[in-house]
Amino acid sequence: MANQDSTGKTLMVAFLLCIVCSVVVSAAAVILRPLQDANKDMDRKRNILLAAGLYDDARSIDDQFSAIQTRLVDLQTGQFSDEVAEGFDQRKAAKDPERSIALDTRADIAKISRRENQALVYIVESGGKVDKLILPVHGYGLWSTLYGFVALESDLNTVAGLGFYDHAETPGLGGEVDNPRWKALWPGKQVYRDGAVTLALAKGAVDPTAPGAAYQVDGLSGATLTGRGVTNLIQFWLGENGFAPFLDNFKRGEA
Amino acid sequence: MSIDSKKTLISPIFDNNPIALQILGICSALAVTSNLQTTAVMCLALTVVTAFSNLFVSLVRKQVPSSIRIIVQMIIIASLVIVVDQVLKAYAYGISKQLSVFVGLIITNCIVMGRAEAFAMKNPPWASFVDGVGNGLGYSVVLLAVGFFRELFGSGKLFGYEVLNLSTEGGWYIGNGMMLLPPSAFFLIGFFIWALRAAKTEQVEVEEFKITKNSTLREAL
Repeated sequence: MANQDSTGKTLMVAFLLCIVCSVVVSAAAVILRPLQDANKDMDRKRNILLAAGLYDDARSIDDQFSAIQTRLVDLQTGQFSDEVAEGFDQRKAAKDPERSIALDTRADIAKISRRENQALVYIVESGGKVDKLILPVHGYGLWSTLYGFVALESDLNTVAGLGFYDHAETPGLGGEVDNPRWKALWPGKQVYRDGAVTLALAKGAVDPTAPGAAYQVDGLSGATLTGRGVTNLIQFWLGENGFAPFLDNFKRGEA
Repeated sequence: MSIDSKKTLISPIFDNNPIALQILGICSALAVTSNLQTTAVMCLALTVVTAFSNLFVSLVRKQVPSSIRIIVQMIIIASLVIVVDQVLKAYAYGISKQLSVFVGLIITNCIVMGRAEAFAMKNPPWASFVDGVGNGLGYSVVLLAVGFFRELFGSGKLFGYEVLNLSTEGGWYIGNGMMLLPPSAFFLIGFFIWALRAAKTEQVEVEEFKITKNSTLREAL
């Protein structure tokens, strides 16, 4: 077949193939988009519920999530923002120079380099009163950025739970941040002592009788650097550059 | 099924295993085998992609100018992989999150490309499809074996169900941390190849050169 390799034929085959393949790929992407978005949303809600310790396998996630109110917070002023929270993508905002601020090296203890101006917070109410407040946190561990949630009790000082939903730490070592037994150590711990974030991971196990044990969580063996990352992200997000101004306002009812 | 296509299907599993004999597709064998569930999904995804890429490449093989044939194969494989990735994201979100980039990396898996170029370009569609399924199965056998040992000895579980009671959960078994790390798959694949070549000696390669004298203790003395 002499004309098999002619320029015209080559271009024709390439063109037709591209058309067919692009139609197939875009059709798959478009048709499956709603399902994928629903999955992502479900996953996020599940992680929020897990962090707050409210997750119940038997009930549907949407049903459980209906008790939770989502609000957008301006991190600079520490006030609720009036904008609609639906569809706000916090991760995208953190990368967008218009919607985030650059952090200098000293302030950037969680090594995230930019901080978004707005963040989503989740409020669990029961009987008209705030029961729990769930805050998104992220920061660098050893290999990856850990994304998770910290839930606080209504006094805004006691931890109600902690959970990470996205990270790529070493399985069995840093990956133990997902261990339910370790996560169970967090509820009841105190965050602030004299206004400063004191909560941190200890080296080794915490002696429950020692003074300050309420501000310390057992370290993870073999995961010193990931543990340091967790401490840093807690200190950053609950500190001055994170949610501290908002928490102050919220406590006084002025948010 | 004729004798021939049966042979095409079965032979890649042990006689001509893509990983053990041809040493193709090692990369993903290291990355996704730390637990069986992701391993099984990865095997399924790869088998589907190999089978259908072989089928489509074979269908168009007589029309493809040889100057762009590799690109044509690449486009077909890439499109299939994207479709598989999208389907996983829609129907098995949790698993697709764990597999993350590795589904996408099926595109660069040497088995898919290797079979398209070596088999599908020269054979009719049905035989190519069967060959793709066979090679996918060959890959799956090795991956599932590796995944079985890694999950069992690394985290004491099989398909997420506890088999050995881990010491971190208050049991007796101290998890082998190395099994959870990718390099352990190298050792396991090494053992697999050893066992396979001990059983099927025709797979042992002829030595390309002899090791010089004085390099072993007895000869040196």
